Order: sequence, then C-alpha cells, then structure tokens
Amino acid sequence: MAASGIIFSNIHDNNIPELTRFRTMASVPFGCRYRFIDFTLSNMVNSNIYNINVITHYNYQSLMDHIGSGKDWDLARRSGGIKILPPYITAYANNVNTLYQTRLEALKSVNYSISRITDEYVVMSDCDVICNVDFNDIIKYHIDTGADMTIAVKTLDLTPEQAKINVLFESDPEGRITDVLSYPTQFRGKADIGLNIVVMKTEYLQQIVLDSIAHNYVSLTRDVIARNMHHMNYRVYKYDGYFASISSFADYYAHSMELLTNPEARDALFNVKNRPIYTKVRNSVPAHYSSTSDTKDSLIADGCEIEGTVINSILFRGVKIGRNATVKNCILMQDTIVGDGAFLNCVITDKNAVVRDNRMLAGAETQPFYITKGKMI
Amino acid sequence: MLLAGGQGSRLYTLTDKTAKPAVPFGGKYRIIDFPMSNCVNSGIYTVGVLTQYQPLVLNEYIGNGQPWDLDRSQSGATVLPPYQGKSGADWYKGTANAIYQNLDFIRRYDPDYVLVLSGDHIYKMDYSKMLKAHKEKNADCTIAVLNVPLAEASRFGIMNTEGDDYRITAFEEKPKEPKSTLASMGIYIFSRKVLEDYLIADEADPESSKDFGKNIIPKMLADGCRMIAYPFKGYWKDVGTIQSLWEANMDLLDENSELDLADRNWRIYSRNYANPPHFTGSFAKISNSLITEGCHIEGIVENSILSSGVRVARGAYIKDSVILSNVTVGEGATVNYSIVDSDTSIGAGCVVGRTKSSGEQITVIGSELVLQPGKDIPGGAMVNQEWLDEHNL
Repeated sequence: MAASGIIFSNIHDNNIPELTRFRTMASVPFGCRYRFIDFTLSNMVNSNIYNINVITHYNYQSLMDHIGSGKDWDLARRSGGIKILPPYITAYANNVNTLYQTRLEALKSVNYSISRITDEYVVMSDCDVICNVDFNDIIKYHIDTGADMTIAVKTLDLTPEQAKINVLFESDPEGRITDVLSYPTQFRGKADIGLNIVVMKTEYLQQIVLDSIAHNYVSLTRDVIARNMHHMNYRVYKYDGYFASISSFADYYAHSMELLTNPEARDALFNVKNRPIYTKVRNSVPAHYSSTSDTKDSLIADGCEIEGTVINSILFRGVKIGRNATVKNCILMQDTIVGDGAFLNCVITDKNAVVRDNRMLAGAETQPFYITKGKMI
Repeated sequence: MLLAGGQGSRLYTLTDKTAKPAVPFGGKYRIIDFPMSNCVNSGIYTVGVLTQYQPLVLNEYIGNGQPWDLDRSQSGATVLPPYQGKSGADWYKGTANAIYQNLDFIRRYDPDYVLVLSGDHIYKMDYSKMLKAHKEKNADCTIAVLNVPLAEASRFGIMNTEGDDYRITAFEEKPKEPKSTLASMGIYIFSRKVLEDYLIADEADPESSKDFGKNIIPKMLADGCRMIAYPFKGYWKDVGTIQSLWEANMDLLDENSELDLADRNWRIYSRNYANPPHFTGSFAKISNSLITEGCHIEGIVENSILSSGVRVARGAYIKDSVILSNVTVGEGATVNYSIVDSDTSIGAGCVVGRTKSSGEQITVIGSELVLQPGKDIPGGAMVNQEWLDEHNL
C-alpha cells in the first residue's frame, strides 16, 4: 500500500489575500504554532507517506524557509522525503511559460516528477485542509471498493454562500459519483462537499496527466471527473471527523476561534494518539507569565511573555504582552509585541507586528482588524 | 568528552530510573542540554557522551544528536557506554578511567585538545574562549573556575593561583580554610598528548582512584605541568541536590537572574515532542510561572514551572513547585513547595507538601505514581512506590 503524496501549496491563495500577500496558502500561520501545510504534511507522515511533492507557484520563499530540509516532519530522507517543485520554466519555449491556474495545470507542469513516482498509490491534497486524518483509511477504502479515483467528502448543511465556494459531489448509495457541481450558485441544503483530498493509482494519475496534455484539458473537475464519471469508478469517501478549510478572512478568524471554544475540535486536531501535528522546531523557551498577568480561555505558544490580560485569544510563538495591556478575541502571530496599556479587541496581527503603548485597536468578529507583517502601529 | 554516567544519588527518587544528566529542567530541557548546546554554540561538533548509570532515557534522548545539530556525517554526537574489550569488560571506575577506556575514540579524531565536561550543571559558557586562553597561555591543562563567596569556598575544589595569568599553584578539595575563592567548575581542557600520557600512567597506578580531581590534577601539579585557571563570570549552578535543582528552576522566574534562556544568540536546544500549544481555561489563574506546550490549565498556578503535557484541573492550586511532564493534578488538589516527577497522577483534593514559609523541606513525588484522591503527603517526604506502600497510601 505504498503511497506518495502531492500537495498543492498555492491553491486558494486569493481566499485570504491579507495573509497570502507575502506567502503561499500553505505557509499561512494557524493554531498558535502551526502553518496550514503542517496538517497535511503530518497527516501524510502519520499515514506512512514519506515521499511527498509540494507543488508551488509563487511567493514560496516562506514555505521553503518553513520546511527546510523536512527534518521536523521526519522527511529529510535518503530515499524519498520532501521535494519542493517550483514552477518549471524553460529558456526557449517562452510561449508556454505561463503559470498554472488549476490543479490539473499544476500537475501537467510537473509531469516529469509525476512520471518518476514509483509508489503504487498517490494521495493528492490541498494545503489548507485542517484535519487530523489517517490517509490509510481512505487508501484502504479505495482498494476495497476497486475505485479508479476516490475523493474525500464531508456532508454538510450548506448556505448558498458556502455552496458557492465548494465543489459538491452527488453519489449513489454505493458511493459512486453520479454528478459533480462546481461552485453552484443558489444551492441550499445538505450536500457532500469535496475536501480536496484525492486518492488514485499512480499509474492512473500519470495517464490522466498525459491525456490532459494531449487534449489540453485544464480542469480536473470538469475535464476529467465530469467527463469520465459515468464509465469510470469514481467514488466518494465520507469523512466525518473534524475538518476546516478556509474560504475567507472571516472564516480564518472563525475557525481559529473555534479552537478556543470547542474542546472537541482541539482534541480532534491535536490530541489524537500517535498522530501528532508536527511543525518547524523553533527551540523557544516556555511561556513566561508575570505576576501581573491574567490569561483565560486562550491558546499560548512557547516563547510568549505575558504581563497583561489575555482573554479568548491565540498567541503564537514569541508574542510579548505589556503591563496593563488587554488583548481580547485576538490572533497575534509570531513575535508580535503589544505595548504597555494597549487595548486590542478582534485584531489579527501578522508576524513581527508592533502595537505601541496605550494604543486602542478594535475590529469585529466578521471583519477583524488586520495588521500586516512587521508593521508598527 | 561529556561525563554523563553519574547517578546523582542526592536527587533521590528523581534519579531512580534516569541518570542525573537526563533529569528535566526548566519546563522543556534536560540538564544535559546545557553542556551539549554550549558545545555546539562554541563550535565543537565532536562530542562523546559517556554513559553508565540507567542509560535508557539518556541514550534515547541523545539519539543521534539531532536536537543539537550533532547528527553529522563526520563526527557529531557519539554515546560511549562501557564495553567488553578483548582483555575483558569493565565498568567506568572513575572519571579518569572513563576517558581512559575511550582513548581510542579520541584517537580516531586526532584532536589537539580535549575538553572534559560533566553533565551536572546549569550554565551558558563559550568553550571556544576558554580554548583560546588555553592556547595563548600554552597550557597543558586549563580549568574553568568560578569566584565563589569565601563562606562557601569550603564546599568546592579550590584552586590557588598566582600572577595575572592565573597559574595554578595548588588544588585543594573542599578545604577547611580556603586560601582562595576560585572554585573548580569541573570543566577541563587538556592538550591531548599530556592527557593521554597521564591517563595511561594513572591507569597503571593501583593506588589511584582514577578520578580527575583526586588523581590526575594533583599529579600534574606535582609534576610541574603548566596548569592555568580560566575565570568564568556568569550563571553557574550545580543541580546535584533537590534543593539546588529547585532553586535553579526558580531562578528562571527571577527577572534579575543572569540565566537568560530566551537569548537567541546562545540558544539552549532540546528535543521536541510535537506538543500542541498550551490552553488556559476560564478559571485559570497563572502568575509568575513558566508553562510549556501541551499543558491544560484550569486551576491556579503561582510561582511554578510546568513541563509539557501537565493538566491542572479546576480548583487545583500549585505553588512554588516544579511539575514535570504529563502530571495530572486533580480538582481541588494542592501542591506546595514540591517537585513532582513525570507521569504521576495526583488525585482530587490531595494535599502535597507544605508551604515554603512553614519551614518544611521540599516534597518530592516520584514518577508514574498514582495518589488516590484526598491523600495528604507531608512536607519533605521523598515519595516513591515503597513509601506509598509503607504509609498505606
């Protein structure tokens, strides 16, 4: 059951342009000490997938910096390990040097690497799927059902706004896909949304990629799945565990805050036996709480120094909260400094942001106030 | 060469199952992280770690040296346990004998100088500066020394020196009337040839107890070797007793302490275990404490240090204590002035230890114990399974 992994690091970048201005979707910080890609990478490693290709597009420096040699995920290996595939641009054929837009185009652009995969199966995943899942369960289901392609889905009760940003799969009682709706407008009700986790035989993927190059197909959903679903065995795998994918800035905020208010979500992500979520090791010191600190309902990473009040907030590594400062409903990313006497409510600060003494800043749950990387206010 | 085989019997139940260098410190470190990190930060990438007593945890922790970037294709970290040789097998009989038995390891790397360290102290030190002094002064042996208060000097090995270049004239182990206040820190740099000669000679001496402090150093002095003291300024603490281990932990909470672990220019590395961030609940009240990853705090924590994965239930109260990894403290339990070893569960309503101001000693609870709800552990108790059985708890 040996499997390789393929991760798309830039898909959905424009869902949260604030956070992806300086980075890929894959390297967006989430959950106090992680980046989005940590969940997918850890899921793969915890499912014995040690041969992983990460397809990048642009802005991938932060991703490369985060992953390094892959050591922190046990992916620095002689055989296999992690491989970052930046856009492949040749010096001569400049008429085909446009960057890909879709997953299928991305796959076509790394055709050579895909042709070299020797593992029998391949698991493809987006980078922003926040869950703790055993891919072996999906691969086993894929083999047992004799499917040609298996797509993980989750059943949700959708509002039209949610439906509009998802791909919905309809299937018969056996799980065979009968219809696929891409980003339908005015859909309401129960539906299976695609989680952008796909399992198939490597050989079949290689065939799809070659076929797509020959026919100039561009969309995996429209040109491959919809075109073939009636004569091929494409199936849904119904995943019922905790799952979050981020479709907007407000969504990012809501899913982050859910980690504070929903202990089940926290446990389903972080406290699964033998399936820890790995991230880049930073060797921070333990968080220090001074005698003037007061912290409630919050997730705090190592390296923080807290002298003020922190309520219902997420503090990434190395955040400093000054004396008499109050931080409520906030997400403060790595090395943010909040000065003495400052007051923050519904604020998201990016890395290395500085809020000076006695500043008062507030946003709302639906529109958090955002401070960009390195900005001083 | 890092001497990490010591038992640390004065740490009582904390070293029942682990060697002293593997004793946890400061929330996410072990004692050995300090000399290991110092080596790497000083540009020393060949480190032999000599283990003997209860090496399982220590060996596993060191592994291939990965936490300190010592997993290298050339050199790196090597664990050196006692071994069976052609002429027989032997335990390490003393610090000098331990190095003697590994002379072949040293020869493989053919170094000009050998740094001998112990795994018992908490400090940050640039060994490369000491090596520079050793070379400049053309010494046979350089010994790091710390200026201690005269009143405490009789607890240490004291170096008497003369001149501006700190040439050592005499060495006295725990002198009643110390003539100097320069205490040996147990950190030696030897010129390799000299070390080899003396180790071989010492091994042949049946009277010798095969110890650096007792035999090698006095012998070298008597022979007129060029011995230099290297004065060190900064934080240095022997954590060989329950009291000093507790104090060293508490020093991390002192804003004026010289020991700054957050200094990014001299990082102390440790093995990381992929724990999630820690969570503070609605009823948590934490003050003047260090809390690390994986903790879940619903109770009150004051003036304490919590290692990873500690769970403190609502209404529980922890004060002036060091709690090691994965300990659970039940609802309404009180832990005062104690060290609680890893994986122990303290039942609801238990009272562990007495307040620091009561004058009672530090209470120590061993690892992997289960304290049933409502039990009372008196101040100064050294609790392990036998103690619990004896006291019918």
